[in-house]
Amino acid sequence: MASVTTIVSQLTSSAFLPATEFCRLSQSLLHWSQMQGPGIDLKPPPYALDALEPHMSKDTLEYHWGKHHRGYVNNLKKQIEGTELDGMSLENIILASYNKGDVLPAFNNAAQVWNHDFFWESMKPGGGGKPSGELLELINRDFGSFESLIKEFTIAATTQFGSGWAWLVYNDKKLEVVKSPNAINPLVLGYHPLLTIDVWEHAYYLDFKNLRADYISTFLDKLVSWDAVSSRLEAAKVLE
Amino acid sequence: MVMASITSHLTSPFLSTPEFCRLSQSLHRSLRQRRCIRKSVPGTISASIDLKPPPYALNALEPHMSAETLEYHWGKHHRGYVNNLNKQIEGTELDEMSLESIISASYNKGDILPAFNNAAQVWNHEFFWESMKPGGGGKPSGELLELINRDFGSFEGLIHEFKLAAITQFGSGWTWLVYKEHKLDIPNARNPRPSEQDKKLVVVKSPNAVNPLVWEYHPLLTLDVWEHAYYLDFENRRTDYISTFLNKLVSWETVSSRLEAAKVLVAEREREMEEIDAIDDMDTIEPEDTDMYFGSDADDFADDDE
Repeated sequence: MASVTTIVSQLTSSAFLPATEFCRLSQSLLHWSQMQGPGIDLKPPPYALDALEPHMSKDTLEYHWGKHHRGYVNNLKKQIEGTELDGMSLENIILASYNKGDVLPAFNNAAQVWNHDFFWESMKPGGGGKPSGELLELINRDFGSFESLIKEFTIAATTQFGSGWAWLVYNDKKLEVVKSPNAINPLVLGYHPLLTIDVWEHAYYLDFKNLRADYISTFLDKLVSWDAVSSRLEAAKVLE
Repeated sequence: MVMASITSHLTSPFLSTPEFCRLSQSLHRSLRQRRCIRKSVPGTISASIDLKPPPYALNALEPHMSAETLEYHWGKHHRGYVNNLNKQIEGTELDEMSLESIISASYNKGDILPAFNNAAQVWNHEFFWESMKPGGGGKPSGELLELINRDFGSFEGLIHEFKLAAITQFGSGWTWLVYKEHKLDIPNARNPRPSEQDKKLVVVKSPNAVNPLVWEYHPLLTLDVWEHAYYLDFENRRTDYISTFLNKLVSWETVSSRLEAAKVLVAEREREMEEIDAIDDMDTIEPEDTDMYFGSDADDFADDDE
């Protein structure tokens, strides 16, 4: 099997990576990560910290990735050291510590590490626009229209009271929008996450202050990577 | 005398609206009530909910809490909760109720109704502004300090526990010092043998909009640990925000006044319960009243078959 660094660089390098190729590579990576123990790392976003400006400032990325995300990684490592969770993949740590809802101490940090990795990869410089291909077909089938998906996603993100996340997921061969509080993510429900937006206040306060609605619109209009969502859908369809 | 204490507290300059409502209701509470149900009382303010300003200028807490923070936190977030609550309750049975009654009704024993988040957040923010003052910090004194020493070992013990609760409230929420009335942890349960030892100071934390009123505790102090409370001044450094709050902002005088008011309320309620018990005892059925159960004529109960 190709080394993990080769796989990752192939996954993140090309703007023109076909979905099937992405799918094959990401499954290799998934397989690899499940075989190995981690260690848990602070993965950088797949772009420079200023690359999402002016829609998400460098300042925000420096705090959000550099302090919050880094903090979750460091705290998780301290928590799992020398325990049975040490050596497990991140996803397995999440599932084990979720403990059917009666969360164990490592859950919040583990899930937040995963959520933030997933969030950075849900965005790209020059993002926004519309999805296409099979993703668009399923959106039209399950939401009626792209506009309807946008509306439902926006409502979920706006109405998640307190801290949390809004998600587009693939479940039971259908697309759905869900929202979750604090660190919870759809992995614990057995869903396949396709897209997320972080609605903890630290995600938007420096750029938007209290105006969460503006942050959500900006995310959807200017940042979301529908390519990443499509690739994830491909991978999810294989797994279901 | 209890009435004089309540009256003097009612006229104190920094009495918050919920405290006013609670104390004024004490004055009117009926002896025949079996449960201390809070109701709107004729003459109290019951129009739409207001956005109360903090008891100081928006820049008065600088440099520890910036004017910019107050402008957003009070001017946008707190204002937003007030406006949204008023929209939600207009034309419903919650309209015209006191804020605390709205909270209680919409808490709905944990299965919260739509108005709860906004109502509780309005109350929480009022309580928060009033928990601080320019030139705050320092140490408490008098009876408050005595109870702190009794229930936490020392003032430092309280600070340690408060900080721990504030730092470990994951996500959005609040940290509280409360006066806990009952030994039992079950709301609405009466402690059959109340004693001074049962009445304790306790530190609790709560998520999102939940506050200790719903657990029937008496809140004395709060710290907002939603990120919007500290992000402009401290970014991710919640620990520094908590220390600054305790060292430079907290108004121990307000905490003392709230403790006084809580003790008065508890004593008044206990006295009422004793009076209700006394009335119940007088209503005990005397032996000669058994006629009302068995009828004046024993034949009423003869078998029909005979």
